[in-house]
Amino acid sequence: MTVAEAVLFVLMAATAIAGAVTVVIARNPVYSAMGLLGTLFSVAVLYVVHLAHLVAAVQVIVYAGAVMTLFLFVIMLIGVDKEEETEETLPNQRLLVGGLAGLITIFAAAITVSGNFDWLPAAIEPIDQAATNGTVQAVAAPLFTDWVLAFEATALLLTIAAAGAVALAHFRQRET
Amino acid sequence: MVDPGWYMSLAAVLFTIGALGMLLRRNALVMFMCIELMLNAVNLTLISAGRALNDLNGQVAVFFILVVAAAEVVVGLAIIVAIFRRRTTASVDDMSELRG
Repeated sequence: MTVAEAVLFVLMAATAIAGAVTVVIARNPVYSAMGLLGTLFSVAVLYVVHLAHLVAAVQVIVYAGAVMTLFLFVIMLIGVDKEEETEETLPNQRLLVGGLAGLITIFAAAITVSGNFDWLPAAIEPIDQAATNGTVQAVAAPLFTDWVLAFEATALLLTIAAAGAVALAHFRQRET
Repeated sequence: MVDPGWYMSLAAVLFTIGALGMLLRRNALVMFMCIELMLNAVNLTLISAGRALNDLNGQVAVFFILVVAAAEVVVGLAIIVAIFRRRTTASVDDMSELRG
């Protein structure tokens, strides 16, 4: 069990990081989308390891299915053959970005090293399988009791987002 | 059971790669994908913390983040397409001013 989980973690971590690196360095946006797809699948497998079954299914269906299809549609619409121009419009742009990235890394490392992680149990107690088993019923229970207001708010948010997307597309069409 | 710290470290690495992509790339679509990458890193953190703390609310939070991210992608891609119709470009350097 432990060895199997360690092997699975190493494999999935490697594919997730490889996919993430592909997103950043690929010249063609389609390759970036494929890299993101690999990362999403690997993270979904790690969700299943954590017994988050519903969230893993939603991740694959909504993210890897719907959202990535939307991304690919827009990439095809905008055109994949355009080369990203690389000339600098801001002076010392690359230097500033590198410096900022270094600062972020140092800041995060400092927080990680000096931070107080007492809330995270150092020695793992036997995991309460019943409490963290994220089946549909188990996740739905707090969703429709404690978080019902937030649930309604996200429903409203999705409706507004859909209406907004339609309005954006329609508005431009009429204007041109 | 793999230590939760390893999952946290993986999430931190994924978040850093996403943040770097935000800073390095100029294609609006790729920048959007980097945002998704960072959101996923945070989701992984919440799931593993919820497991380590024997708390199911981490998964509920991830569920909400997934919904909000889907709404954000819909509106963001609509804006990118709307800008592309006007400007025929997806580079953020060409849309630095906030007017049509």
